[in-house]
Amino acid sequence: MDPKEIIARRAAEELSDGNVVNLGIGVPTMVANYIPSGIHIILQSENGIMGMDKMADESHRDPHIVNAGGTNVTVKNYACYFDSATSFGIIRGGHLDQTMLGALEVDEEGSLASHIIPKKMIPGMGGAMDLVVGAKRVVVVMTHTAKGDAPKILKRCRLPLTAYRKVDRIITELAVFDVTPGGLLLKEKRKGLQLEEIRNKTEANFTVAVDLKEFGEVQEG
Amino acid sequence: MQIKIISYQEALRHFCDGMTLMIAGFMANGSSELLIDAILEKGICDYTIICNDTAMPGFGISRLIDSKRVKKIITSHIGMNPETGRQMSAGELEVELVPQGTLAERIRCGGHGLGGVLTPTGLGTHVAEGKRILEVEGKEYLLETPLRADVAILHGTRIDSFGNVYYAGTTRNFNPLMAMAADLVLATAEEVVEIGTLEPECIMTSGIFVDYIVKGDS
Repeated sequence: MDPKEIIARRAAEELSDGNVVNLGIGVPTMVANYIPSGIHIILQSENGIMGMDKMADESHRDPHIVNAGGTNVTVKNYACYFDSATSFGIIRGGHLDQTMLGALEVDEEGSLASHIIPKKMIPGMGGAMDLVVGAKRVVVVMTHTAKGDAPKILKRCRLPLTAYRKVDRIITELAVFDVTPGGLLLKEKRKGLQLEEIRNKTEANFTVAVDLKEFGEVQEG
Repeated sequence: MQIKIISYQEALRHFCDGMTLMIAGFMANGSSELLIDAILEKGICDYTIICNDTAMPGFGISRLIDSKRVKKIITSHIGMNPETGRQMSAGELEVELVPQGTLAERIRCGGHGLGGVLTPTGLGTHVAEGKRILEVEGKEYLLETPLRADVAILHGTRIDSFGNVYYAGTTRNFNPLMAMAADLVLATAEEVVEIGTLEPECIMTSGIFVDYIVKGDS
């Protein structure tokens, strides 16, 4: 199975019925596809929607309604729209139960870097800095390593920070970590995986939970 | 009451070199393509744009970036438009990146008579560099200062001839904020309707903020 799908499926289990959630672009958006039956979440989109539904197909396309990536979407029958100040009042004011977003680096202190690689990629932070500061719970969902197996979970972030000490949980295709006052705690590992492999692919120090659980399916190959 | 409707040609005279423009919209959704045409036709240069993002190639603000006449942009996201990043890296365009919620609040402050806003967003990051940090009731905040512009450009779904604007769907975004934060406000809309047509409850920008409604083709 595609690592991104493994991540999205595991991340979907974080959501509780009635949660108000903002999902970032990329893997976080995929999480919405795997929400367990019986769980209904309320999706916020920072460009001004509470109650976003899904990508609009041609027959449901309304050019006035887009998500934060500029793609046409549909909305639920309870949806409402607002201006950008209200949208970020919702975000910063602690009215989101969770935000899930990708990252380039996360560290032992729960800081994350996601919006700049100096001299290489400078997309800007968009709404990410406000989301991680304001949401009640911040979940980073990302592949465990970058190209060439370079670790992304570090002792300290090396890239410019998007937020300082705001991450609560990290979900990758190999592991689930909680950020605790004592550092990273490995809560779950991918089914069948040796702890050694996680250590090899993680620069940060971490402790292993006494009740370590497994998730996903056994890795192929 | 003064009739505010002007032609595209008449709108051109409101743009000049070196000015600061606010352009509403989010990924070109809720942006006035007609007034972007006008800025391009007038050919002004060395101006500053305050906007959420620089859209995607071919749409909205990206067309202004492509013209290579912009001096500076104050914005939250340029990632969907590679040309903005290229000009920034080449030193051709100054880019001030501002967290999106902070950008919205700085514009709101500019229009609401406030001297700034205290936000926790950006603490401990490069955004905090050179800014005052204030402690209120035991919590730290960054002081972010107001933004204003010479001209703001709005785009509504319907506007009445008094200038009252209704924005459908997500096109509202930065429009109502920018409407209050500029010395002169120009608005276009998909449809211009008679006064009294829009339900007062559905008006999102009062006509008192709109100086001119621009009608017609480029």
